[in-house]
Amino acid sequence: MKYAALVYLNETDIDALTQAEWDAMNQECIACGQSLEERGVTVGGEALMSVQSATTLRVRDGKLKLTDGPFAETKEQFAGFYLLVVRDLNEAIQVASQIPPARYGSIEIRPVRELSLQDNPRYQAEN
Amino acid sequence: MPEKANSLKQIISDIYAQESRRVFATLVRLLGDFDLAEEALHDAFSAALSQWPDAGVPENPAAWLVSTGRFKALDQARRRTRHDHLMQQVVQLADNDGDDDQPMAFEAIEDDQLRLIFTCCHPAIAPSVQVPLTLREVCGLTTEEIASAYLVSPSTMAQRIVRGKAKIRDAKIPYEIPTISELPERLDAVLAVIYLAFNEGYSTSEGTSLTRVDLIAEAIRLTRTLISLLPDPEAQGLLALMLLHESRRDARTDVHGDIVLLEDQDRRSWNASLIAEGVALTQMALRSRRFGFYTLQAAISAVHAQSVSYDSTNWHQIVSLYDVLRQIEGTPVIELNYAIALSMRDGPKAGLELIEGLIRDGKLKDYHLLYSAYGELLSRAAQPQAAIAAFETALTLTTQSPERRVIQTKIDVLRNI
Repeated sequence: MKYAALVYLNETDIDALTQAEWDAMNQECIACGQSLEERGVTVGGEALMSVQSATTLRVRDGKLKLTDGPFAETKEQFAGFYLLVVRDLNEAIQVASQIPPARYGSIEIRPVRELSLQDNPRYQAEN
Repeated sequence: MPEKANSLKQIISDIYAQESRRVFATLVRLLGDFDLAEEALHDAFSAALSQWPDAGVPENPAAWLVSTGRFKALDQARRRTRHDHLMQQVVQLADNDGDDDQPMAFEAIEDDQLRLIFTCCHPAIAPSVQVPLTLREVCGLTTEEIASAYLVSPSTMAQRIVRGKAKIRDAKIPYEIPTISELPERLDAVLAVIYLAFNEGYSTSEGTSLTRVDLIAEAIRLTRTLISLLPDPEAQGLLALMLLHESRRDARTDVHGDIVLLEDQDRRSWNASLIAEGVALTQMALRSRRFGFYTLQAAISAVHAQSVSYDSTNWHQIVSLYDVLRQIEGTPVIELNYAIALSMRDGPKAGLELIEGLIRDGKLKDYHLLYSAYGELLSRAAQPQAAIAAFETALTLTTQSPERRVIQTKIDVLRNI
């Protein structure tokens, strides 16, 4: 089964860390990524720049609309992701619990939805 | 050669299906932790995928996977910068163990499976957690499969499993086979977990979902494993009971998915080979003279299984088996079944007295089958009005639609007389 592990952090909290602390956390993230890749439980993932650098795009009535930054103010910001390939939800939980930002922010685990040509399940029908 | 690679992939996936839970059980013992063992198992199979194409499949794949998984876990533990308590514990366990290259004795691996079963079914773990934990860790079902069997969301089920594993860790539930003095009680707990899983499967198998995991098949498979490791008469009795119930699966529902009662079932569609195995196991368990609750129920089920029709059932034998059963496990439900059997042997009046006693007693006041049985006996005793009233009470006590239809049909028939 494939799962996305979506990493959320409060950027203000992270900025309150000293440079040394922040570097240490990044080193941990590098090590974590390597170890998950070696074990074959992830097929990739990336950390993201600050939400300040985000551009949001919409196409409405054929017209492209761009907005600067995030759409809504939230407590935690989307900071990175992994794509996990594991046996089941409990293994995804176990793997994701090793992602260092889990100790500061939160990790959202979502099963990957395979796109089909037809009979795609509806969102509301999901449990 | 892609063909060779494909067949090796198939071999590894077959080994995963057959051996992964046994390898896991041993890794839990060697590493002292469920999560680390699961990681190590994963690492071992990743290593197999990368090494076996060149090195070939080892002679004893399970032993190779165990030692590779253990090596990877130790390597990980030594490399991790943060030497937390758990990692120290792993390294310590390894050091105590001595020789790293000691070949794994077959017996030790078998014992580990028993250890895993007894740990997941430990009485300190809540029953609502024991069953899913056993299904996942021992049987190898995924969280999603168990959730669908229980009709709950995967995250709810995931939480239960996380809680179960945390309980094992925090309460330091030992990873061991109970001593002889504890064994009967602990084995009872294991059998109770299997029986719960079976009943869960039995009560949800009425549903329409085809994707639902077959808990009945899992419960049967688990009991077979248990018996091969620990041949106990009551475990044999439980297996017999499940096989005999399972033998009637096709006859139990009609084409519309409605329940067909035992008396109305087409006995030709009962599964003869399951019955033969169930009857043989029952006899073996009975001969041991160390049987109990499950074997006696299997014996009752075996009498039904061997009767060509409902009318020709040996009710004398069934009444005497229930009589023994109610002495060792005197629950109101057993009492109710005894009353029904008695009414078949001696006529409705004998059963009615007992059932009226149970109604006065009030212990089964929410149990729809008590009122269904009461209605049935009243109807046989030619008291249709009282029978209708009893069936109507039964109707208020169940929400399951197949059951409601059975009761409603009884009421309709009585009204049209």
